[in-house]
Formats: sequence, structure tokens, C-alpha cells
Amino acid sequence: MRVALFLTCVNDTLYPDTGRAVVKLLTRLGVDVDFPMGQSCCGQAHYNTGYRHEAEPLARQFSDVFRDYEAIVTPSGSCGAMVRELYPRLGERARAEGRGDALARTLAPVVPKTYELTEFLVDVLGVTDVGAYYPHRVTYHPTCHGLRGLGLGDRPHRLLRAVKGLELVELPGAEECCGFGGTFALKNAEVSAAMGADKVRNAESTGAEVLCAADNSCLMHLGGTMSRLRTDLRPVHIAEILASTEEEPAV
Amino acid sequence: MTGTYLGMPAFPKAAADAVHNPTLRGNLRHATHTIRAKRAKAVGELSDWAELREAGRRIKDHTLRHLDRYLLQLEESVTAAGGTVHWAADADEANRIVARLVKETGESEVVKVKSMATQEIGLNEALEAEGIRAYETDLAELIVQLCKDRPSHILVPAIHRNRGEIRDIFRAEMGEWGRPTPEDLTDAPAELAEAARLHLREKFLRAKVGISGANFMVAETGTLVVVESEGNGRMCLTLPETLISVVGIEKVVPAWRDLEVFLQTLPRSSTAERMNPYTSMWTGTTDEDGPRTFHLVLLDNGRTDTLADRVGRQALRCIRCSACLNVCPVYERAGGHAYGSVYPGPIGAILSPQLRGTASEIDASLPYASSLCGACYEVCPVAIDIPEVLVHLRERVVEGGPAVREGNRVVLRPAKGHAAERAAMRAARWAFSHPGALRAGQRLASRTRRLHPRTLPGPGRAWSGTRDLPAVPPEPFRDWWQRTRGGKDGAR
Repeated sequence: MRVALFLTCVNDTLYPDTGRAVVKLLTRLGVDVDFPMGQSCCGQAHYNTGYRHEAEPLARQFSDVFRDYEAIVTPSGSCGAMVRELYPRLGERARAEGRGDALARTLAPVVPKTYELTEFLVDVLGVTDVGAYYPHRVTYHPTCHGLRGLGLGDRPHRLLRAVKGLELVELPGAEECCGFGGTFALKNAEVSAAMGADKVRNAESTGAEVLCAADNSCLMHLGGTMSRLRTDLRPVHIAEILASTEEEPAV
Repeated sequence: MTGTYLGMPAFPKAAADAVHNPTLRGNLRHATHTIRAKRAKAVGELSDWAELREAGRRIKDHTLRHLDRYLLQLEESVTAAGGTVHWAADADEANRIVARLVKETGESEVVKVKSMATQEIGLNEALEAEGIRAYETDLAELIVQLCKDRPSHILVPAIHRNRGEIRDIFRAEMGEWGRPTPEDLTDAPAELAEAARLHLREKFLRAKVGISGANFMVAETGTLVVVESEGNGRMCLTLPETLISVVGIEKVVPAWRDLEVFLQTLPRSSTAERMNPYTSMWTGTTDEDGPRTFHLVLLDNGRTDTLADRVGRQALRCIRCSACLNVCPVYERAGGHAYGSVYPGPIGAILSPQLRGTASEIDASLPYASSLCGACYEVCPVAIDIPEVLVHLRERVVEGGPAVREGNRVVLRPAKGHAAERAAMRAARWAFSHPGALRAGQRLASRTRRLHPRTLPGPGRAWSGTRDLPAVPPEPFRDWWQRTRGGKDGAR
């Protein structure tokens, strides 16, 4: 199966370890992974801040780069939701503005074959036990776009529960937003910070060492908050946990 | 909409004040979390909730699509039942009509049922200016009125106040407005309720004019409906000789049968009750029963303009249940006043900038008063996709575009203060469209990573004031991929 990794611009620039973990994990599961070099950004920040017209060329570029692959896998719930939920809307809006079907037709092929990582593992590969080993106490934060946008449900939990040595503890108020929200963290910094601090305190109350999520943007905000609050918690992307093995354990 | 709230600071500033008020945050957190859990339980009891939600959405959409027809039918039915219908294009016109109607009765006092529409138009203040005193009879509205505060929640206007504060307000203010509290009033809920009951009873029995809103208006029968918990509404609706109802035009439903859906979804979504304790319905006038005279003031005040917007019009489906406020993590921390409108929370963030336009600082900031987490859409009993409308309104703020204002097609200019952001967004888009440039930037960031400050200048300061920045890695992923061919060379 020829699968393209859509890493996202944030992961590419700031979290390359997550990308390496996805490659390691998928290769271990027998998937032939490619990283098309023409990829960059899905346009979510532009779209959600109100710059839809700036998002359109990025969506077209995404489609050009990824259209020939059987599946597109991304370790980001929110960028996955951008492609799956919002690309169709870009097409609809263009049509409503009298610009015809061209954009919708361009974007249509990539939408159904874009998967968030845990979705791809559970739904496409049909695995929940990926042979991982991670001897830590972990709590999982289901990020909003993964939870409500993509409807990931309990897929991440099923994958984590199958990890050897991992103790999964429930996060109080798990479904509440962490307060990142892209440019929201800048535009409404005080409210965003208060939401982040509450999320970190809830995670701390579980006694977990690791706060895990399927989105590094939320983890960047929460990790920055943890560091400022001087907690012993660490933010870790789920891909790095699932890629970890007894031979090569992740810290 | 009334100018009462305009001139407020933009949302981020108003919200920041609330974030740093621990009493307010504690009150809000306690109240929203309690009702949030209760609502989930009440909704979970119905196996056909998804169907009810879809039915509600369809009825509202159908009605909005044919609003002209149903409003005319409503006018006909109300008139045939002995009522009088008045049409008000905006807040000023509605206030003028109501003041005139009250004056014609020769009265200078009115009792009021809790009503968002009359809050929206600032009716109490307008009546005050005409020498007419309006008494709020809903317990929470009474609290807010006594202490000259503003409501901060659609359903629980005094949500930001705790029992101790309410006792102090009652003791200090009730005597100024009528019957004072007992000397030894404590903050026990039963004592507070009894003090309010006795205070209000005097008003109910004396009043000759009642003013209400309505949750629904049935076009085919001309019936208006108010659902409430306390029974004060029923007193206001039945005891006075004259009843004046001020209702937004979007509150009409075609048929009696349609109430079946909303009388299930509204109470469960708002108060988490299977059914609200009091449902009052009135149709025109009837000899020897209820008010002798009935006036219906149909309020537009920006609603027709909102209806003209293809994406934004879904906000008019709102049945004012306030479920979206109670689940909103931003509302929970910012409080209702920060939204600068009688409609706070997620629904306020999409309704106010449509009813009032996005020209003022507060209205231009409201579409950004959300992290787009989607919890509001999930709980909305009429499936308003609030995040979708927020993003649509953000686009209007930063890029301008076509809109309808006061019935005229206009092309809005972008709101002020977004030039730097627009330039940054364009630059980012350009870099992302040129992966070579992006890569050069990434490499530069990696090479200079030891020089990066841990705090940011400009708009980024808001981030680094409360959170640490992540360290830039020595090598971006794409360089690793190219160097090792995705790890296939065995290289690390």
C-alpha cells in the first residue's frame, strides 16, 4: 500500500520526532510510506482566522501533491479535520460565489482518503495492538478537532490500552478544549491561558507522567503551560508512544 | 440593537478582567458545570434526540424560508382573535410603540415577564425616559435590576452572583423598589425566594399592564407561548388588563403541531428538565378571562438583514435555550458581560455581530471569542453550526464583502486594525506555496536555534507571557527525510 505522510507544517518545523515516529510505526506495520516534498500547510490557520481566499491556493496545492496516493495519513486531528470537513466547504463556497465547480472538483479526490493516524491504524489497517511498549502512566486528551471534527471516538484509547507496560488513566474534563484554538491563543491570550492551565491541572490530578494527544499544536500550548507551571508532566504525541518498542523505547 | 452596550472594550480586554476575578470564575464554573451535567442526563433520556434536533432544524429553516408568508398569517390570526399587531423595524420604533401603548392606558407602572427581546431593545430604559417604571418579575432579572447590573446569561441572568451577594443586594435595594426584606434575611435559598415572592406579589396584584416576550408564536392560530419555571410569567400574563408582547419575527412557527418538538427540546436543553413547570399560551383576548387588551409588537431589529446571509441566517433558528453558553469553555472563563450584548456566549458571538453589524470594536472582536472547539454545535438543539458562522463572520471582519444592512445590499470594508495580520497571512501563504522558501526558513530557524528568545515581541507577547515556547529542533523533518531517505539507509 502506497501511503503518503502529510506531516503538517508545524510538525515538520517544530516536531520532527513525531514524523520519524510515524514513519517508524507504519514501516513496522508493513506500510510503504512516502513523504512528498511538495507538501507544506493545509491552510487551516488562514481559513479559521477568516482568510479563506488565502487558504484556497494551499488547498489546491495539497490536492496536487497528494492526489495520486492510495491514502494520506496525518498525525494531526485538526489538519485532518481541515481536509475532510472544511475542504468540501471551500468548494461549496466557491460555487455559491459563482466561481463554478472547479475548486470542488480539484479537492474532491483527496478528501475521502485523508486519515488521521489513529483512524488509519484502526479503520484501514485494522490493528489496535501495534506491538508497542511504553512503561509509563499516561492520560489522553482528545483534542477538539479529533473528537468532534473527525469523530475519532475511542480509537486512540483502544490503541493505547494495547500498549505493553502503559497504564492509561482517565483525564477529568477530557472533552473540554485546552484553549489553543490556533490564532485564538494569540487573540484571546488570557482566556486561552486560563483554559490551558485548567487542562494541565486536571491532567496533573491523575498522577500521570505523560499527557498524550494526537495533535502537537494543542500539545505545544499545553507543554508551554506545563513548563511555566513547573509540573512534572510531559506532553507526548501518541505516534511516539505507538512507535516505541522494547528494543527502541521512547523516553 | 440598542446602544446600551456599545462603546464596550473589545472582547479580549473585557474577558481578561473576568479571568482575573476568582469569585466570578468560581461562580460561573460551578453553575455551568452543574447545569451541563444535568442537561446531558436529561437529553440522554430521549432515544430520539437526534431526530428531534433534526426536526427542530427543519421546522425553523422552513419557517425562515417562508417568513413573509407565516408572519402575515400570524398577523391575520392574532387580529381575528382580538389582538392588535404592530410592526417595528428597529429598537427605537419598538420602544416608541410600547411607550405609547402604555401611556394610552393611563398607567405609569408595568410588570414584566423575563424577555430577551425587550432586553435587546433596552425597553426598560426607554420606558424610564418616558416616566414609566418597569418591574422585572423573574427572580434573576429582579436581582440584576435591583443592583443596576446587566444580565450575563440568557437563562440565568444573575449566574455571576452567589447567594451571599444576592442577600446583600436584596437587603440594600428591595426597599427602594417596594416591599423591603425582613431585617434578619439570611442567604438560605428558601428565605431569599420568600422575600422575592412577597416583594413581587405586591407588584403583580397592583399592575394593570403586563409586558412579555414569547418563546414561540403559532401562525395558524395566533397563539403565543411562554415557557418558564417560576410562575411569575403566568401572573404577568393573566392578571393585568393590558398585555403587550414584544417578539422577534423569527419566533414564529407554522402550526400548533410544531410545538411538540420544541416543548421537548427547549426545557431539556435549557433547565435540564423533562418539561418546564409553567407553559402559558394565549390567543388574542377572551371575555372575562385574562387581559382585556392584547398587543403584539413584531420586532425586526436586524433580523431581516441576518436572514439575507446564506451562512449566517442559521443563527435565527436559535430558541434561546442557552445550552451553548453552559458548555462553552470561553464563556465559563470570560463571563457574560465580556460579550457586550444581552446575547452572550457562542450564540451571542454570532448573533450580535449580525444584528448590529461588525463596525464597532466589540462586534468586530466577537467572532474571535471562540477556540472553535465545537462543543456549542454539539449541544445546540436546533443544530446551529456556530463554528461555521464564526469563521464566516471572521472573514467578513478581515476581508469585508457583500452584506445586507437595513434592507440595502452593501459591500462592507474590512474592519480596521487587521492590516498587519493580513500581511502576515499573505506572507505565510506565499511561503507555504513555495516549499523551497519554507525550507530555507526552517533551516535558518534550526541553525539559529540557540539564539532564539524565549519570549516573543509584538502580538506573540500574549503567548509567551503565560506559556513557554517550544525549542526549535536541530533539523526539520524534511531534511532528515532527504538525508536518510526516510530512515531506509539505516541512518538516524
